[in-house]
Order: sequence, then structure tokens, then C-alpha cells
Amino acid sequence: MYVAVKGGERAIDNAHGWLAEERRGDPGVAELSVAQIREQLRLAVNRVMAEGSLYDPGLAALAIKQARGDLIEAVFLIRAYRTTLPRLGGSAPIDTAAMAPIRRISATFKDAPGGQVLGPTFDYTHRLLDFKLAAEGGDFPPAAALPSAPAPVPHITEFLNRDGMIEVEPASDATPPDLTREPMDLPTTRPLRLQALTRGDEGFVLSMAYSTQRGYGRTHAFVGELRIGTVAVECDIPELGFAICIGEVEVTECETVNQFKGSKTEPPQFTRGYGLTFGQNERKAIAMSLVDRALRWQELGEDFIGAPAQDEEFVLMHSDNVQATGFLEHIKLPHYVDFQSEMELIRRLRGKALTQKEAAE
Amino acid sequence: MTDQAYNFAYLDEQTKRMIRRAILKGVAVPGYQVPFASREMPMPYGWGTGGVQVTAACLTPEDTLKVIDQGADDTTNAVSIRKFFQRTAQVATTEATSEATVIQTRHRIPEAPLTKDQILVYQVPIPEPLRFLEPRETETRKMHSLEEYGLMHVKLYEDIARHGAIATSYAYPVKVEGRYVMDPSPIPKFDNPKLSNSPALQLFGAGREQRIYALPPFTHVVSLDFDDHPFEPSKAPHDCDLCGAGESYLDEVITDDQGGRMFVCSDTDFCRTRREEGHVGRLGEPQFSSKKIANSFEGICAPEEAAE
Repeated sequence: MYVAVKGGERAIDNAHGWLAEERRGDPGVAELSVAQIREQLRLAVNRVMAEGSLYDPGLAALAIKQARGDLIEAVFLIRAYRTTLPRLGGSAPIDTAAMAPIRRISATFKDAPGGQVLGPTFDYTHRLLDFKLAAEGGDFPPAAALPSAPAPVPHITEFLNRDGMIEVEPASDATPPDLTREPMDLPTTRPLRLQALTRGDEGFVLSMAYSTQRGYGRTHAFVGELRIGTVAVECDIPELGFAICIGEVEVTECETVNQFKGSKTEPPQFTRGYGLTFGQNERKAIAMSLVDRALRWQELGEDFIGAPAQDEEFVLMHSDNVQATGFLEHIKLPHYVDFQSEMELIRRLRGKALTQKEAAE
Repeated sequence: MTDQAYNFAYLDEQTKRMIRRAILKGVAVPGYQVPFASREMPMPYGWGTGGVQVTAACLTPEDTLKVIDQGADDTTNAVSIRKFFQRTAQVATTEATSEATVIQTRHRIPEAPLTKDQILVYQVPIPEPLRFLEPRETETRKMHSLEEYGLMHVKLYEDIARHGAIATSYAYPVKVEGRYVMDPSPIPKFDNPKLSNSPALQLFGAGREQRIYALPPFTHVVSLDFDDHPFEPSKAPHDCDLCGAGESYLDEVITDDQGGRMFVCSDTDFCRTRREEGHVGRLGEPQFSSKKIANSFEGICAPEEAAE
């Protein structure tokens, strides 16, 4: 009976024991190592790093193992760990133009300095189950490699910029806001929106972006450039007086070029949407850039047509999956005090309604 | 990682200072929702992260902590939060309301009167009393600053027009010192009168929504109503079946599939204290030792034994 929810101390301990057993699964099957997850489930690791806001493939892999593959739970573990870490300082902005991309494509130009690099992508694979993978083992022949000379790979939107064809995002050295340290204050600014989007749930951001493509706040986006690769993270060391490289992170960057016929305040020109995520995560980066562009209606003098993806408060207050899943799932906690008071109310209102009905008959 | 790896009461001192500032601001402006940079806690949003952060910022090593959920000390989430502070703050814990210096609660105010030496910390899911009338935070903040509460009164009026009574039974809105309309968290409206003029400090923490608000001791709190439809605290029209109390808030427990049910105090400490004092309800057994009482819920779980 429901009272069994009380006296929960032993129940909690036992449930944790059972959970650990289920996590391990059949002991006859070899245990999954954290290194295996990190290397072979890398896209899952990337998602957990992006939404967990912590770049650490090893910890993300551990979180995935501990969460039994539930990625939102893994994101939660990473977030809870992340809050306990001391802030040692801020890095200089990463220079994505200096990236050596493993993948770089443009949908707006057939070719551009630096070339198009397809890289490791599912894009042109046929989605046929590969039963050879089920057979396990077996060596895969190494992929063919062509020698290439490292060359600068400038951003494609820069080419458009020369002719004044695309809006200029004014440079700023202002310290960006941080929603993990300050409460969200609406209306926000673009840097804060971008932070929220890059931490936001991939599914939510994807659906928001998709809704703009289907007409709920259409922004006519082309992928101007999508690039994936590692960039150096540099940090100013006060004792040295200059910045040194403290490590590398892999990121995916997407810049959309959006058709724009001009508004009351802005001339006709292309406009931008921007997406950046940790690791290889194209779907998220592209979706993020579409939602970013949709949220910029005000600064570009566009009309608010009431589309959800234009609505900053709606998007930002509902994009975080750790918040969403916590609040959603909390309704399974006991609510019998509230429910009891509702029962009293319904009984009283029903009693009143039934008496009135009888009196009428 | 060992427990020693964490600071006292889990949060680092900078974070606690930030939370204490928000609390002080809340105390200075009773009923006003103070934004604060809520941290991600190692329990989910919706499980009391706001309350846990407020408790963490208030606790000192000398404190004695009580944690209740639905009025009970032994509900799963209360057990979990109490364990969290036992681990991270090593503070003394108690189930006795009178012994506690800090009480964290979800959905109830203890039946026993609180004292000036106590802090009551509420877990709050949605701190904004106007939220379900106006979903936008930007709008509701404006409404509070302009003291524009007409929408709420219209809602209450429409309830009366439609149902003949105000159809809110928990999280019943209150007005604090004649200024801010405040959500008292989802406590049953039965508990609302205890909010007013309490000698204890009452603090409200909403983690996911990043808000803290407060009722300093002896704050005047009024449940919203109309002259011709005055506020009525309500409870099940029964006495507790274990301790016989007629004035405590009751849980309804289904005992069989034939419509059988019993009513028991939702405040487990209140009920136990009464039974120790010799009060016996309709289905209760006289209690003599507190050990036996501690196990008394097993008695409820097995109604066939209780019937013997």
C-alpha cells in the first residue's frame, strides 16, 4: 500500500543496490570500460560535454557509464560535478579561424580558399544495418589518406563581408555574461542566449530550429560554413604578462547566412546565425544557429509574429534539460498533502452541486 | 571522492555568501522574490534544490536539522535530504519539531508552534503566485512592482462565480504586510494561518526558478479573500485514527479495496508525541515505549494485524 513510501531509508539503500546491479547487467558479458565509451561512443560523449558545459571526454564517458546510457542523466552528473569546481580564470576567446578542420563544408559556395573537407560524416552513408559490426572483432582497414599541406582556412562569411553583403557583428571585449553564476535576467543579450542554447537540450533546440524552417518564424537560412576541429585554449597568466596555450578543445562551429530583405532599421543584406558546441555535434550547432537567428528579430527590426522560436523567454526558460527533467519528474514525489486538500475541495464542490441538482429536480 | 572533499554543507563559501545576501534582501523586503544564482545541486531540480541551498547557507555546525516532506520525517525525499546534510555538514538531526533549529519542509508547516530560535525553510517549485495567470516572468515582475494584483482578484472572483467557493486548496496566495502577493509554496491552505505572526524566520527557496523570498518573524500575512467569502482553512472532517487529534491536518490512507480508509496526522512527529502522551485514536493502540512507536507504521501497513 502507498504508506510503504514512508519508512524509506532501507528502501532507498536497497534500490541503490538494485540499480548498481542493473547497471552492470549480465555479469557473463564483459564490462564496458570508460575508455571504450570515450573512444567508441564519442558522439554521445560530445553531447554530454556540450550540454553539461564541461569539456572532459573522460568524465563524460564515466557519466554515461554511471547513467546506464541515459544521456540527460549523464549531463546532470556532469553539471553537478561542474558546480563544485573552482573558477581559476577565464580564457581568451578561442580563434576558430585558426582551426585545423577535420571537416569543413559550405552550402553557399562551391569552393573557397581552404577547400571543402567532408571529414568523418554520416551524411552520405546508406543507413543499412551493418551486420559485420554485430559479429564483433575483425580489423578494419585504415581509411585512405592523402597528404595535405596545412594552409589557412579563413571563415567563408568573411568573403561576403568584403562586399558589405553581410551584416557586421561589432567586435567587443566585454566579459560575456554567465548564466551559471548570475540569475537569468530577461530581456537578455545575444552572448547569454548563445550560452543558453549551447547548453540547451539538443532535441529541444533541434525542434525549435525545425519549427522556423516550417514557417514559425522563418529565417531563410543557408549553412554558410560548418567546421569541426580542435582549437587552442589560451589563458592570460598574470605572472607572465602574456597568454599561453593551456590545452585544446574540439568544437563544431556553424555560421548561417540568412536572406534578409531589409527592415525599417536595417538595409537589405545577409544576416547571421551562429552556433558553437563542444565536440563534433553538427545537428546541435546548425540548430543553434537557426534559433539564434530567429531570436534576433528585435535587433534587426523584424516583426514579432508570435512564433515560439522568436520568443526569448519561451526558448531560454525551457531549453535546459536538467531543469526540465527535474521538474517534470518531481511529480512522482509524494504529493498526498496537496492531493488530500484537492479531494476535500472536490468533495465539497460536488456535494454542493449534487444538492443543487436534487433541489432542482 | 570522500565527503571531506566538499566544503561544510556542500556549497563553497562564496556561494553561501551569495545566497545569504539574497536571504538578507528577502528579509528586508518581505514577500519579494529575490533572484539568486542558483547552483546545480547533486539532486534534481524539483526535489528541493532551492530549499537545500537555503538550508546549506543557514546551517552552522551547532544546528540541529529536521527535514520533512508531506509533514513526515520518513518519506523518501526527506530521508534523502537529511542524509545529504548528515554527510556533508555532520550536523545533528532530529525528528522532534521542538528540538530542531533549522527545519526544511516540503508542503507542510509543522503542527507544533515554532519558536524564535527556529528557521523554517520551504522548498518552492513555482515561486510566482501570478504564474498561472501570466506565464511571462517579464510581465509578472512588472505586475509586482506596480502592485497590480487585479488579475488575481478576478481569478478568485471567477472561482466564486463558477463554483461558489475559491477553488484553490493548496499554494493558496497570501498578501505580505499589505504589499507583495506571495506564493506560500504548495502547503495546504489549512496551514496558511500559521504563516502569519510566526516567531520563527521563514525562508523560501526555489532553485530551478532562481528565487529566494522570506517572511521575517512576526510578519503579518493575510490569505486573499473577499468580505462576503472569507478565507477558510480546511481539512478532512475527521479525527486522527491513531492519536485522536481533531485539529491536525490529515492524510487519507486507503486500507482495502472495499472503500475502507483511515485518516492519520500528516505531521508524524506531532502524532507520535500525542500517542506518547497517551492519546489513542479510533484505530490506534496505546503506546508505551518510543521504540515501539517508531515501528508503528508497520502496524498501518498490515491492517489485518491492526484489526485483531
